[in-house]
Amino acid sequence: MSMRIVVVAEHDGTAVRGASLSALAFAQSAAATTGGEVSWLVLGHQVDAVAQDAARFAPVLVVDSPALEHPIAEPFARVISTVVKERGFELVAAASSTFAKDIVPRAAAQLGGAMASDVVRHELVDGRLQLDTPRYAGAVTATVVLQGSPQIVTVRGSAYVAAQPTGEAHSVERLELDAAVFSCRGSYEGLKSKQNARPDVTEARVVVSGGRAFKNAEDFEQHVGGLADALGGAAGSSRALVDAGIAPNELQVGQTGKIIAPEVYIALGISGAVQHLAGMKNSRTIVAVNSDPEAPIFDVADYGLVGDVYKITPELIEKLESHAVGLSR
Amino acid sequence: MKILVPTKRVPDTDQKITATADGSGVASDHLPFVVNPFDAIALEEGVRIVEKLGDDSEVIAVGIGEADYVQQLRTALAMGATRAICVECNQSLDPWNVARLLKEIVLREKPDLVLMGKQAVDDDANQTGQFLAALLDWPQATFASRVELLAGEIRVDRETDHGIETLRLPLPAVVTTDLRLNEPRYASMAGIMKAKKKPLDVIPVAELGVALEPRVEVLRYHSSETVRRGERLRSVDELVERLRQDVGAQA
Repeated sequence: MSMRIVVVAEHDGTAVRGASLSALAFAQSAAATTGGEVSWLVLGHQVDAVAQDAARFAPVLVVDSPALEHPIAEPFARVISTVVKERGFELVAAASSTFAKDIVPRAAAQLGGAMASDVVRHELVDGRLQLDTPRYAGAVTATVVLQGSPQIVTVRGSAYVAAQPTGEAHSVERLELDAAVFSCRGSYEGLKSKQNARPDVTEARVVVSGGRAFKNAEDFEQHVGGLADALGGAAGSSRALVDAGIAPNELQVGQTGKIIAPEVYIALGISGAVQHLAGMKNSRTIVAVNSDPEAPIFDVADYGLVGDVYKITPELIEKLESHAVGLSR
Repeated sequence: MKILVPTKRVPDTDQKITATADGSGVASDHLPFVVNPFDAIALEEGVRIVEKLGDDSEVIAVGIGEADYVQQLRTALAMGATRAICVECNQSLDPWNVARLLKEIVLREKPDLVLMGKQAVDDDANQTGQFLAALLDWPQATFASRVELLAGEIRVDRETDHGIETLRLPLPAVVTTDLRLNEPRYASMAGIMKAKKKPLDVIPVAELGVALEPRVEVLRYHSSETVRRGERLRSVDELVERLRQDVGAQA
């Protein structure tokens, strides 16, 4: 059974995002076991640079239109489902990001509704693709098979090592679609993002997260941000601090925030609610610092240190800097 | 203004959830059902919109499930829903079939707005709202953290990986709700008393005329366990040492 696979590329206007390279890795693995082939689908406006970047990894289909300048689900989903039908793709993959979680299910419904979210493992058994998907905030994993074709999946970036460039430039093909495909009733009014010099929690090798122990934004920045900087990592947060307005939304790690698996996760003053653990428990090494020796975060930690984060963090930063401990990004 | 709020009931996920020993399901019989927290947020938002309009606008809560789902729908009515619809169905449904059933309810009720949770905290699929929007060919805004009603339109702030994005959509539309949209109220005693008199229609699933088409076949469940070292350290120096050794740190 050879499978024709397309990966929806998420990009920042110049290059493909890392999470999409993990989705590509999933697709390449599925293609290898089925004798299939993989293409990218790059969507946007004036995305030649993105197409060139994507072509380092796999052949590229591009739909470039002013109607795709901003990521609005209606035209994006219709473009995806149209291309999938026209080209006869049997498997559609994308990263588990808010971009894909908005758009890809809408396309999936236009393609018959056979969709699995947040795939963390796959296996071809008797010609059927078995997919592991986390449920109940990751407490349980369900192994599923999708009925119908095409199959649509989002892939959790932390579960697949990013695909590597192949060393050749693959083909780039521009697709022309009917104007009706791009029609859109909504309008985009803007994006408010916090400019942040630190890497995103989904892309960093080290993530330092703060929890309820931090009383205000200044303390959070000084301790959590300071330790992140000392390790060349990203700053993250528990839901409690985001709800309290102490940390910005996009830092939230958890079931309903970002789900990550960095090489090192350092939880400062985080008690370890189930919904937070869902976002970080697959990290390679987990360090917890908390004043409560009974905090559930210690149950998932490799290294635990009981104490006041306001005392421990400055000491840790100082000693790390004097020992020059740090990971490059 | 007519607002439809589809809900799902889920086992109370504050409790520990495990797979059954034979992998055929999830051991949830001992857990109480609650309205999916994201759907409670959608319901709260619908109630607030209607309270603000102060006219004959309605919020209709919908549930699909076994007959005793009416208990959770009574809670929705006590929180302020105007009326409720229970689609009685003893089969476990995947998002595709839920969306197809909801589409039939929407065609019957003709709401101006569908407000629902961005995901249910049992299967965490995050699909049904988008599926429904596609099946209806309505505009959608997912992951709403703020909703503002305009004349014939809705403005929605959306939580994305890269910040807060603002969209304006004409109605009717589907909006899915994120955590920070609001804090749902608890049902008051007065609300609970009023709820007893509010209309709650029970519709057998067959009446909707949808032939169910499974799309997701679950082969088995297993509990997720990761083994951790669980080493308690005594000092910051020990932690620095571990970070140096284990983390491939550059000395």
